[in-house]
Amino acid sequence: MKRIYLDYNATTPVRPEVLEALLPYYRDQFGNPSSVHWAGRQVSGAVEKAREQVAALLNCSPAEIVFLSCGTEADNMSLKGTVDALGEKGNHIITTAVEHPAVLETCRYLEKTGCKVTYLPVDSDGRLDLADLEKAITAQTVLISVMWANNETGNIYPIEQIGAIAKARGIRFHTDAVQAVGKLEIDVQKANIDLLALSGHKLGAPKGVGVLYVRRGTRLTPFMHGGHQERNRRAGTHNVAGIVGLGKACELAMAERESTCARVKELRDRLEQGIFARIPQVKLNGHPGERLPNTLNVSFAWIEGESLLLNLDMKGIAASSGSACTSGSLEPSHVLGAMCVEVTLAHSSTRFSLGPDTTAEDIDYVLEVLPPIVQRLRDMSPLYNCGKVDACETCDTVKKL
Amino acid sequence: MYSEKVMDHFSNPRNVGEIENPDGVGEVGNASCGDIMKIFLKVDNNVITDVKFKTFGCGAAIATSSMVTEMAIGKTIEEALQLSNQAVAEALDGLPAQKMHCSNLAADALHEAIKNYRATHP
Repeated sequence: MKRIYLDYNATTPVRPEVLEALLPYYRDQFGNPSSVHWAGRQVSGAVEKAREQVAALLNCSPAEIVFLSCGTEADNMSLKGTVDALGEKGNHIITTAVEHPAVLETCRYLEKTGCKVTYLPVDSDGRLDLADLEKAITAQTVLISVMWANNETGNIYPIEQIGAIAKARGIRFHTDAVQAVGKLEIDVQKANIDLLALSGHKLGAPKGVGVLYVRRGTRLTPFMHGGHQERNRRAGTHNVAGIVGLGKACELAMAERESTCARVKELRDRLEQGIFARIPQVKLNGHPGERLPNTLNVSFAWIEGESLLLNLDMKGIAASSGSACTSGSLEPSHVLGAMCVEVTLAHSSTRFSLGPDTTAEDIDYVLEVLPPIVQRLRDMSPLYNCGKVDACETCDTVKKL
Repeated sequence: MYSEKVMDHFSNPRNVGEIENPDGVGEVGNASCGDIMKIFLKVDNNVITDVKFKTFGCGAAIATSSMVTEMAIGKTIEEALQLSNQAVAEALDGLPAQKMHCSNLAADALHEAIKNYRATHP
């Protein structure tokens, strides 16, 4: 059976060049980079080289790069570390209703400890109104945290404009750029970013390594206490192989991002146009234009997302859904909820996220097998052709698609 | 995550569809939780002779709907009322824990259809 992976926003395979670069650091060059002897020295150079590779991609100084375990750790450290370090200034955080749980759940935790958090709303396309942001700022505001791009819809947020607002008001600015790095141009200077989170496994590096960019001079309480690694910013022995791999992945992203993204966008558009041409009553979730080049999130009215994913899986296609059944809770996606997507359509949402290895044949195969699957599930659904079109709220919503 | 039996009933669901002029119809669940099951009954001489279903929901919702139709056909009304959600899940060799409370409603839908049958056939 064909195997087609269209879930690159969940994770990516380690790139061959990255694997080749990192493998020696498991066995031949096994030293601890904090050691003074030959074994440590060999390895500390590799960690510093990776730091330069990451810094080049973000347009910052290598000294501003902190290696840690994952994007979630970087987000946790940014939020908790800021609240702890700036406690005397205030206790108010401004974020959005569509953040990744790594930010949202950290905010919920901080609320329990006495912080105030403003969750900015979004419109039906998932866009922020920056006037809402300006209005939410108070004398107590210590941090603005807005994701660069949304993992579910692919929506891109106006990070440069938000950075300018934060700078003008003297407020620290954090962005979760986990989905953006490798897909968009990232310049922390231009966008006036103080803290930026990225994750290795979203751009062809292995799982278990991430980065927090910390602008020079930013007071931030460490999240991990222990040894003196990372200039006392992050204790714990370095994940050397992971760090080397992440450095290589950043170098590749720097060289290839534009051409890869242009190709991926063409395929994503082919998938999007193909779906809308072949299947009626489909809703695009997210903004048509201001969106990552690789992401397509659509709701197929009348059917539930998990049952669609299982059917696609049986055909070898890996995708993802915002249905409650795949989130482990009873609620469908909080992102689609914030966009006021009608609830059955939220349960129907399906995300295809493409990557550098996606081919036109993959997309054509999906377009061939998807329509009959959707029709079969619709024929099984009590909502489809339910016969009470005028009295039914769902039908009313779907009619407008 | 799902047993082979669940996947079998999910990929080849039994008794999908509607019955014209059914003797009873039952619907449970709601759109907000992501599962809606509708069961149609044909009853002859107090025995369930045909059952069909339509379901909006996840793999577990579709598989339990399919299984309950197989289990109910041929049973008397009283026997069918003894069928529990738990028994349906067991007949499928179990369901993942998080599905037990949300998507395991097929016996409830069957009972609703029987209630409707009794109300319309006094």
